Amino acid sequence: MENKIIHAIFDDEQDVLSVVKDLRDQKIVVNEVYSPFPIHGLDSVLGLKETRMAITAFIYGCIGLSFGALLIYYIMISGVGKSWPMNIGGKPNFTFYHNLPSFVPIIFECTVLFAGHLMSLTYLFRNRLYPGATTSSPDPRTTDDKFLVEVIYDDNKKEVISLLKKSNVSEINEKDEV
Amino acid sequence: MHKESKIRDPLILGKKTYHDITKDIARPVEGKANKYWWILFSLSAVLMLWGFACMAYTIGTGIGAWGLNKTVDWAWDITNFVWWIGIGHAGTLISAVLLLFRQKWRMAINRSAEAMTIFGVAQAGLFPLIHMGRPWLAYWVFPIPNQFGSLWVNFNSPLLWDVFAISTYLTVSVVFWYIGLIPDFAMIRDRMDKTISPMRKKLYTLMAFGWSGRAKHWQRFEEVSLVLAGLATPLVFSVHSIVSMDFATSVIPGWHTTIFPPYFVLGALFSGFAMVETLLIIMRKVVNMEAYITIKHIEYMNVIILFTGSLVGVAYITELFMAWYSGVEFEQYAFLNRATGPYWWAYASMMTCNVVIPQLYWIYKIRTSFVATFILSIFVNIGMWFERFVIIVTSLHRDFLPSSWTMFSPTFIDIGIFLGTIGFFFVLFLLYSRAFPVVAQAELKSILKSSGSEYKK
Repeated sequence: MENKIIHAIFDDEQDVLSVVKDLRDQKIVVNEVYSPFPIHGLDSVLGLKETRMAITAFIYGCIGLSFGALLIYYIMISGVGKSWPMNIGGKPNFTFYHNLPSFVPIIFECTVLFAGHLMSLTYLFRNRLYPGATTSSPDPRTTDDKFLVEVIYDDNKKEVISLLKKSNVSEINEKDEV
Repeated sequence: MHKESKIRDPLILGKKTYHDITKDIARPVEGKANKYWWILFSLSAVLMLWGFACMAYTIGTGIGAWGLNKTVDWAWDITNFVWWIGIGHAGTLISAVLLLFRQKWRMAINRSAEAMTIFGVAQAGLFPLIHMGRPWLAYWVFPIPNQFGSLWVNFNSPLLWDVFAISTYLTVSVVFWYIGLIPDFAMIRDRMDKTISPMRKKLYTLMAFGWSGRAKHWQRFEEVSLVLAGLATPLVFSVHSIVSMDFATSVIPGWHTTIFPPYFVLGALFSGFAMVETLLIIMRKVVNMEAYITIKHIEYMNVIILFTGSLVGVAYITELFMAWYSGVEFEQYAFLNRATGPYWWAYASMMTCNVVIPQLYWIYKIRTSFVATFILSIFVNIGMWFERFVIIVTSLHRDFLPSSWTMFSPTFIDIGIFLGTIGFFFVLFLLYSRAFPVVAQAELKSILKSSGSEYKK
């Protein structure tokens, strides 16, 4: 389908919030908003789903916890620990649960290590951020002080433009893209 | 939009727009370094090279090059290690704990504080590495499958906990820092002119990871920052607790104390904030950040220094009380010897710099003065170095056998390595202040209209 795009540029985040709300109330598609900083309240106005980054962190944390516990279990108790038992500082390694207090710090660190790093990697992956990637922002000023609202229209161009003109828009650029 | 009371002091001074913030933060990166930068950089680089030479000498000759003896077998090396780790704590505290508490004043200082954390922890890491004697075998501290027979790490040992805690802390801090840096690198990338500086444009394009500022990306950005803060907060407390257990789990009188973990964590925050102040009071002048790092920021940090300094004082007194109350004569002697023995001067310096001097911050004029804060922060830095020296050396130098009682005196190699890490730290920090956006500008822009002085009228 051939989509036509309008880039509306704003100077203030409050104008962006109100214009996105008005546009969406008129069933006009707001494709994307580019901004120099996070705009609070934009998620709900734009109809974005809640992000699941925190859930991934929880899952990765569980993996880290299990990894840490299994690593220690193998080295201190079951595998290497069985062939080369160590009794240092009156802390023998016969059973896992007896030694658990002194294993807690490393299990905790593994949990944080996995949760922190894997969540950050997921974040970069989901956002397609990697060294060498180029920006997809249509206007370089959006990392400085401009807010860009990308609107898609088909045969309601006049309606869109009149709606935008009613707001505090500073520029309207029409882009014809396929 | 979030509204803020008019009575609350502004966090951004002067008539600023979003574009002004962009220009101000990008200026040090785009411009040329001034004379003072070059002087400081050369001095630090000389110190750093001297330190490297001393490290090379130590590795070539052996640990005998240091002033250690059979009684005092841990001294400057571990003192410096704990000192640098402690300094590294304020960065994460500012960016993580203050984020969880929604303290907006963190935004102007978190970037530099985190840089300080990373560079400080890197210095700290050098000390155990050199102390190993054969640093090329440093990977033996990790639990790697190996052909060495029974050579596996011991998970009961606090020294191994240290390995895990510090490597986790360092890497997670770097990631937290970088996630925040991406939008700011993108800002610099978008300002750079391809025709004037093609190499730098390329470099910042590479470092910005293709950031474009989409709504969904910002949404994820905020959640990732929040979760990382939530993870980093217990992490920062665990790291110094574990460092304190290097001592606390031993049976040496003076070290074998249950108060150590909270006492070390508080001391670390205390010294970390002092170092942040030392650095930022200079930096705000050198790179013209006076509008963003204001006296209000310094005052907030001074209040934290006053609070943690007082708690550290309580810990010192509790230690003395518990030594007396325990009824163990070795314990009692260890503390009596600390305060009145041959190292009384170190104990007195520690008490003066850490407990007495920060109490001056009760006076409003002192806590809202850049000059006074700068001087006091230096005292705290020195005092916290002495705290670690007192804990380590005075507990060791008179051990269980009076015939082996002795004193410790550092060699020029000991001193050289310590000064070298200070030089190295400043080299890294100075390079950072020229190449990185030193203030988290994207975050700062989000509070401009609620906390900027122009918008509060």
